[in-house]
Amino acid sequence: MMDYGTLRGLIALLILALFIVIVVWSYSKKRKSSFDEAANSIFEEKTETEISHTNKNNKQETNNV
Amino acid sequence: MTTTLDHPSYNYNVVRQFTVMTVIWGIVGTLVGVLIAAQLIWPALNFDTPWLTYSRLRPLHTNAVIFAFGTSALFATSYYVVQRTCKTTLFGGNLAAFTFWGWQAVIVLAVITLPMGYTSSKEYAELEWPIDILIAVVWISYAIVFFGTLIKRKTSHIYVANWFFGGFILTVAVLHIGNSMVIPVSMMKSYSLYSGAIDAMMQWWYGHNAVGFLLTAGFLGMMYYFVPKQAERPVYSYRLSIVHFWALVSLYIWAGPHHLHYTALPDWAQSVGMVMSIVLFLPSWGGMINGIMTLSGAWHKLRYDPILRFLIVSLSFYGMSTFEGPMMAIKSVNALSHYTDWTIGHVHSGALGWVAMVSIGAVYHLIPVLFNQGRMYSIRLINIHFWLHTAGIVLYIVAMWISGVMQGLMWRAVNTDGTLTYSFVESLTASYPFYFMRFVGGVLVVSGFLLMAYNMFKTIYAKDNSLEAVKAA
Repeated sequence: MMDYGTLRGLIALLILALFIVIVVWSYSKKRKSSFDEAANSIFEEKTETEISHTNKNNKQETNNV
Repeated sequence: MTTTLDHPSYNYNVVRQFTVMTVIWGIVGTLVGVLIAAQLIWPALNFDTPWLTYSRLRPLHTNAVIFAFGTSALFATSYYVVQRTCKTTLFGGNLAAFTFWGWQAVIVLAVITLPMGYTSSKEYAELEWPIDILIAVVWISYAIVFFGTLIKRKTSHIYVANWFFGGFILTVAVLHIGNSMVIPVSMMKSYSLYSGAIDAMMQWWYGHNAVGFLLTAGFLGMMYYFVPKQAERPVYSYRLSIVHFWALVSLYIWAGPHHLHYTALPDWAQSVGMVMSIVLFLPSWGGMINGIMTLSGAWHKLRYDPILRFLIVSLSFYGMSTFEGPMMAIKSVNALSHYTDWTIGHVHSGALGWVAMVSIGAVYHLIPVLFNQGRMYSIRLINIHFWLHTAGIVLYIVAMWISGVMQGLMWRAVNTDGTLTYSFVESLTASYPFYFMRFVGGVLVVSGFLLMAYNMFKTIYAKDNSLEAVKAA
């Protein structure tokens, strides 16, 4: 049986790993376009049906550096 | 004739109610604050009346500004943002209306019971158990409405502001229910289920995170919607906002023990609280930079848009107080600052600077939208409000910083024979000029709120669409 201190140390490492995963995931190149879309979504003031008819070309890029 | 509405079914009624009450409670809360600030200079102002004493009005002030003003602003903006970003009306039908009336009932009960002297004596959780139960019921209804709306959303992505709102709603429910566990002995008297140092730790786990999740996470949700909207630019980095969210929610909950430095709390717990508070600096500044940089390339908008100025200056105060906070959490700094006015200054730079300014900015943005106008009745009055509020805060926090550091130094000064150099009363006398300066700052803040109320009612009662939006220069 693992002692309490070791368990806590492992949990800390696990959370650190999880944090790194979140950073890598959110900064991956693949996600950029969908995040740009999400960042711009607040400027679409139309309902669902109207959105599907709107072209999505007039987007501003975010500085996802 | 057919009329096309671009948002046919949003529930704006509850948003309107909470928005108006935000301004009303803003006036009440800060006015009580000014009264007790005046009592610290002129003690006779309690008129020898028990329910007008500082000890009873101080919790009324904190409850009014945090739970009446701040939380009404959070209800209004979260209900507004979740509908707009999910492109669907609120879930739960009349449950949203229940949260409004239920929450106002909580506030009215606080206004009645606190001056009467009913208190559990836990800071920011003073309300007695029957009111605590009502808070829990309203809060759970709030969670049902909010998360229900998220579930039935018409968009695939959940916009970042909703993550912060959701995190705040969930955590405040856990904190409130956890800390309010009591054994009632009568209708208006109860004893905490926890005892001794554990009770203290529970209280500050609640107390700090009520600040952390209510006054930080919730208002960051507000920031992530209203700053981009008012600046008419998408948030600087959406990626950073995701990292910001997860870092903030995973760290905040551990910072509570810094309220209990050099107490009966075990030393290791104090050190954990200190370290976690210092680490918390990183997500806080990440978020602040993300908000302010949203304006990059559009700084000129600050020149003519006082609403945007409220929002951006709120972020500057957020940056200041989240730098000051971790510093004050360091044990050796805390030894100087704790129990002095420095703490009061810190709290108000966060509360008046960050929380109030971001809320005021959001409300000025909301009112014209909610009441079918292109803009507020008077942009000039918003500008005057901005300067009154800013001058008020600066006077307030500078006064408290000087007074606080002075108190800390006077209390620790010892003579060569080991006796104390100053009596407590000497430090109190030395603080008087600064208490007056603080009072003046408070008066400016209240005057700003009164202007805001005038501007709001003028906008509401103006003929629909009679106030036209100002075209950007």
